[in-house]
Amino acid sequence: MSPAEQAQVTQSARNGWLLSAPALVLLTFAAIGPLAIVVAYSVMPPGDFGNVTWGFTLDAWQGILFTKDIFDGTLAWADANLTIFWRSVKLSMLTTIFAFLVGFPTAWFIATRPPKSRALWLFLITIPFWTNLLIRTFAINEIIRREGLLNTILLKLHLIAQPLEMIYTDTAVFIGMTYVYLPLMVLPLFASLDRFDMRLLEAAYDLYATPWQVLRKVIMPIVKPGIIAGSILVFVPSLGAYVTPRLLGGGKNMMIGNFIELQFGQGRNWPLGAAMSVTLLVIVTAALLVYVRYANRETTHGQ
Amino acid sequence: MTQSIAVEAAHVIKAFGHGDTAVRALDDVSVQIRTGEFFTLLGPSGCGKTTLLRLIAGFEMPSGGTILLEGADITTLPPNKRPVNTVFQSYALFPHLTVAQNIAFGLQMLGKPKAEVSATTAKMLALVKLEPMANRKTSQLSGGQQQRVALARALAPAPKVLLLDEPLSALDLKLRKEMQIELKRLQTETGITFIFVTHDQEEALTMSDRIGVMSAGKLQQVGTPKEIYNHPVNRFVASFIGETNFLPAIRDGDLYRLDCGIKIAAPPAQADRVTLTVRPEQVRLVMETDADAIPAKIANLVYFGTDTHCHLTLPDGTEVVARLQSPPTGDAGLAIGQSVGVRFVPEAVQVLED
Repeated sequence: MSPAEQAQVTQSARNGWLLSAPALVLLTFAAIGPLAIVVAYSVMPPGDFGNVTWGFTLDAWQGILFTKDIFDGTLAWADANLTIFWRSVKLSMLTTIFAFLVGFPTAWFIATRPPKSRALWLFLITIPFWTNLLIRTFAINEIIRREGLLNTILLKLHLIAQPLEMIYTDTAVFIGMTYVYLPLMVLPLFASLDRFDMRLLEAAYDLYATPWQVLRKVIMPIVKPGIIAGSILVFVPSLGAYVTPRLLGGGKNMMIGNFIELQFGQGRNWPLGAAMSVTLLVIVTAALLVYVRYANRETTHGQ
Repeated sequence: MTQSIAVEAAHVIKAFGHGDTAVRALDDVSVQIRTGEFFTLLGPSGCGKTTLLRLIAGFEMPSGGTILLEGADITTLPPNKRPVNTVFQSYALFPHLTVAQNIAFGLQMLGKPKAEVSATTAKMLALVKLEPMANRKTSQLSGGQQQRVALARALAPAPKVLLLDEPLSALDLKLRKEMQIELKRLQTETGITFIFVTHDQEEALTMSDRIGVMSAGKLQQVGTPKEIYNHPVNRFVASFIGETNFLPAIRDGDLYRLDCGIKIAAPPAQADRVTLTVRPEQVRLVMETDADAIPAKIANLVYFGTDTHCHLTLPDGTEVVARLQSPPTGDAGLAIGQSVGVRFVPEAVQVLED
């Protein structure tokens, strides 16, 4: 190929992206557009009936962390907001950890089945996705509420004297979220374990590794991409969860998602809701960056 | 050579499956492998040689019998409790570790001090000539190099016995020859007992101190390469190792009468109906008129470079192959259809009673 021809090919490859312009335009409006509106709302004063009015103020951003005293204007920490933040992060991390502890053996079980039955097990894992999240959450409610299935059985078996108070607690939210997001942990873990060469287990056992060392030194490092993917897929939606904490946490045990909804609804403080949304986005992005950076460094260092 | 026993299998049985569908991969196998020897388990695929190796490694538990390591019963010990290491057919190198980390793995699992781990790892890298590759990922290595990493990894913890499961089968011919020499060198240098599994009879003959020939879950014969080649105990061993001629015969006093009526000498036997076997290189072509020559016709000539295979037909139709060294001119002066005389070197004729 002559240099002239080569230049022409390079040129046409460079201009090729123009073909994807319609998709890019659509993406710009769909992804950046709404986000820009949210950011804009967060720096505007609230209107009297919800809504926002024209103007610029950082009150909403201040309102995330501080409350202004109505009489003397002094600032104090917004304890309620901080509690919600902390609860969201804590429950999301617990959900991720627990989903991993349950999801890993599950994925291992499926990956070690004969190829024929593997498809069936995977199919069973995806079945919960077929039903609406709301319905499934109500079903969990039915199980763990005061007069629910679990308490009835435990009482009948005389294992407990008083019904357990599970519904409308952090525990209920945690149970619900783990249930809802578990498949998102199992599927990427399975994808990693499916590619795992089981002959390495024999090699490790042969080289004096105990079963625990085989898990820690061989299986976990090799399936790490799956663990990271699964953790992200569980942690991110957990942090912004709305339906589960709303139905199982009651009014008191709000998470960030519920707080945002409240500001756009009864709270009639759109700017605060918008600022909170952007804050959530920043937390998630920061968490992902730290995680990915850490994971990458480990991988390059380890190999 | 010391005669102490490194590994002993006593009446080992391994059955897979249950009830009527159970298959006996190993059927009452007993063998003693001496300390410091290069022992090869040779046999066709499915003969049970790999199963026996896996039982010694501890990956499988026998259905019956015992396995002893230096006199101690290890039958039920898990693999990580046996001072025995394996070189796998697929190498099974850890993809997330470097060459050096792979080699150090066993030592680390044994909880050796850091200084010892790095010293031994360096020694092993030198032994398999892979020092420049120490920090490479194993996926960046060629097949032969991966093979050497697998060897070094298994040798690093200084096992009492090294098990090798067809480790050369994935390599091309030239590399395989090199690795055969390399393996033999490593075995001599380390003095570790090697148990080598292969289906390649040439590999077995060139490398082993002793060979155990297996077929259908049974050990057919154990002996040095020369014993196995020159004194096979049955038809399977005779035909599996090297090429050979089989001649049905009937015992007639001290001699054996071939189907074509000619009597030849061979070692004494119990049975009356026997099979005589003679290697093609021990078949001589003589003048048709020579005394005690068996008359034959040349059916085919196949030129192999170093030698020529001469396919002969005896009067009763029995086929015999003679391997003749190619003369300097390349032409043996033989022609298809020519009548010649055949004589067997007397000491080379073996009697098989089956």
